[in-house]
Amino acid sequence: MKKISASKKDLLELYNKMLLIRRFEEKAGQLYGMGHIGGFCHLYIGQEAVVVGIDSIKENGDQNITSYRDHGHMLACGMDPKMVMAELTGRFTGYSKGKGGSMHMFSKSEGFYGGHGIVGAQVPIGAGIAFANKYKKNRSVCFTYFGEGAANQGQVYEAFNMASLWKLPVVFVIENNQYAMGTSMVRASSTDEMFARGLAFNIPGKAVNGMNVLDVAKEAAHAADHCRAGKGPFILEMKTYRYRGHSMSDPAKYRTREEVQKVREEKDPIDALRSILIEKHKISEKQFKATDAEIKVIVTEASDFALNSPEPDIEELWTDVYAV
Amino acid sequence: MKTKILMPSLSPTMEEGSLAKWYVSPGDKVKPGDIIADIETDKALMEYESIEEGTIVELVVKEGAENIKVNSLIAIIETEGSEEINVRKVDDIKKIEPVSIDNNEDVSSEEDKLDNVDSNVEDSKRHTKEATENQVLNELTVREAINSAIAEEMRLDENVFLMGEEVGEYQGAYKVSQGLLEEFGSERVIDTPITEHGFTGLAVGAAFTGIRPIVEFMTFNFAMQALDQIINSAAKTNYMSGGQINCPIVFRGPNGAAARVAAQHSQDFASLYASIPGLKVIQPFSAEDAKGLLKSAIRENNPVIFLENEILYGKSFPVNIDPEQVIPIGKARTISTGQDVTIISYGIGMMHTLEADKKLKELGISAEIVDLRTIRPIDFDTIIESVKKTNRCVTVEESFPVCSVGSYIGSQIMIRAFDYLDAPVLNCTGKDVPMPYAENLEKAALITPDEIVFSVKQVLYKD
Repeated sequence: MKKISASKKDLLELYNKMLLIRRFEEKAGQLYGMGHIGGFCHLYIGQEAVVVGIDSIKENGDQNITSYRDHGHMLACGMDPKMVMAELTGRFTGYSKGKGGSMHMFSKSEGFYGGHGIVGAQVPIGAGIAFANKYKKNRSVCFTYFGEGAANQGQVYEAFNMASLWKLPVVFVIENNQYAMGTSMVRASSTDEMFARGLAFNIPGKAVNGMNVLDVAKEAAHAADHCRAGKGPFILEMKTYRYRGHSMSDPAKYRTREEVQKVREEKDPIDALRSILIEKHKISEKQFKATDAEIKVIVTEASDFALNSPEPDIEELWTDVYAV
Repeated sequence: MKTKILMPSLSPTMEEGSLAKWYVSPGDKVKPGDIIADIETDKALMEYESIEEGTIVELVVKEGAENIKVNSLIAIIETEGSEEINVRKVDDIKKIEPVSIDNNEDVSSEEDKLDNVDSNVEDSKRHTKEATENQVLNELTVREAINSAIAEEMRLDENVFLMGEEVGEYQGAYKVSQGLLEEFGSERVIDTPITEHGFTGLAVGAAFTGIRPIVEFMTFNFAMQALDQIINSAAKTNYMSGGQINCPIVFRGPNGAAARVAAQHSQDFASLYASIPGLKVIQPFSAEDAKGLLKSAIRENNPVIFLENEILYGKSFPVNIDPEQVIPIGKARTISTGQDVTIISYGIGMMHTLEADKKLKELGISAEIVDLRTIRPIDFDTIIESVKKTNRCVTVEESFPVCSVGSYIGSQIMIRAFDYLDAPVLNCTGKDVPMPYAENLEKAALITPDEIVFSVKQVLYKD
């Protein structure tokens, strides 16, 4: 079982990754405002601890699949921020040659299977990737992410049933950020216990404080162990929060400014880890500033790379419709 | 008094069957509900229960007899009912005799019934004999051809597997997957829950990793539940990922009208799927094409919609049984050459077209018949070449007329061969209505050979 230790080095790595995602997303929001990113753009700000915690316990060969709020997942699993940003801006140097955009990005080499634009569709697909793991008799686990809004989709339960029936190595990660676009969970779900949604299929589940990266890592390791032991799927409900709107075009009138502010001040995952690093590992303000500066460079480079990259050649319109 | 036991019809498309096993012998007493025989059709093996109480007098058809037509005599039972009731029963049977072709019984009294016994036995024997004589080594039904294509490809590549409802232990709802579970085991022949949306998405995810699912839809009507995964996930991901993640998957199963199963179970989806970039769409007519094209589809690195037909499953064709034989996707086949008109069809439309061709020959009309076989991509080279020769074209398909395959072919012929046309391209299609249930209305909703003949005469400006 791969575990995250509480060593200074490990914690700093988690901190850096969360901060990279946040700064990257802030830059993406900025580029959207400037018209460099088009279409839909769903930012992950506030939810960073979920993917960073889970990624920290992944083993080589494990896969990820998620919805359209996917930038954080890509950065967490080691995809190049330059190529992610290039895709966001529709450039040929992006992961999908500019043909996928924010919601449809993939990296088979990093085990990232998208990036899916249809709410809930990635859930049976993730179960299918886990099915392939079992078919190939490897030890890999597929982490299948979806929101608490997608959890009301019928196909999720079709996937739960088959995953449990066939004991597929899949961890269903429900990122409960409390709002499905503009609809709060209490207005859309008959129950507030998302982790219990698999009980009818004999899938164990657990609610986790998704704002605490160490809690996330610990429970994810437990869930992955369960899968690798051949016991079938596991559900993790990550209680988290998104600070920004559903997408860039969301005025977010369904909640108060105060509500968002309160979470930011009291529960922010990056601040929480920062406190631990200061208290337990005596990281100085100067060191944090140095880290900030390094990340800022990475994000600026990503942005520059993207904006200096060419758009796809018009001939690309006709390529990749079919695989050869 | 003696009552006939007739060969039952056990499915909408059943025309004949085999008597796999008798559970009774002459002299045995039976009650309603007792199992008297196992009847095997090309779809399934089913137990046949007696509806009479009485004593078995004679088993007219021997155990193991094949090709017994529906409603032909299989046994005689001595019952205690009154003659009046019995006669009415026989009349009823005559009335509900929808598909039997050579059952010429004219039974209105007890004596007639017994007189007819011998001739029926002869019919039955003759039929069995004919079938045996016609049996040459490479004669396969479409069903057997599809089955052998799957089996051969599964032997060649352990990444190929079959999943769907009832494909394993049940041996296939239409018996297409018969024997595959025994050969390949439950890890590669996978029975799914009734959950099209879910198992389609699951299979697509598996295909993304490089293994090769064959997904059987019990019928393509049920694939409507899975359209999002087929179109949004399977068809588009190669493009959306810049060529990183392809989806080598076959979606197959019966498509189109069967017989009397009405609106929700009778529809040809060829034109719907053919409009989606990223998919390839095949609809074979002959067993050889079904086999060769399915093998290509399984080896294909893209999602393929493989549209079969329940009525064609039982039809036999000569088939090249060489396992190396594959037929390329995207190539039409010119079935017969002609000078006066090009008829383009696919799938079961070909059956009606070939029937129509007999009448056209009688009228002295020489038709060039092109079986498209693949609906996406369409082999326009073959079509245009033919139309340039004949200058006239009729398309034939079972689907709805609006945005049909034929309407697209017509538009392309106009663009690519306008100067060669001597008449507008006509489309023969199903009617623009949901499929009705009533026998006469269903017939009216489907294309017929007569309609094809009529259209051909129109483009030739003949009465």
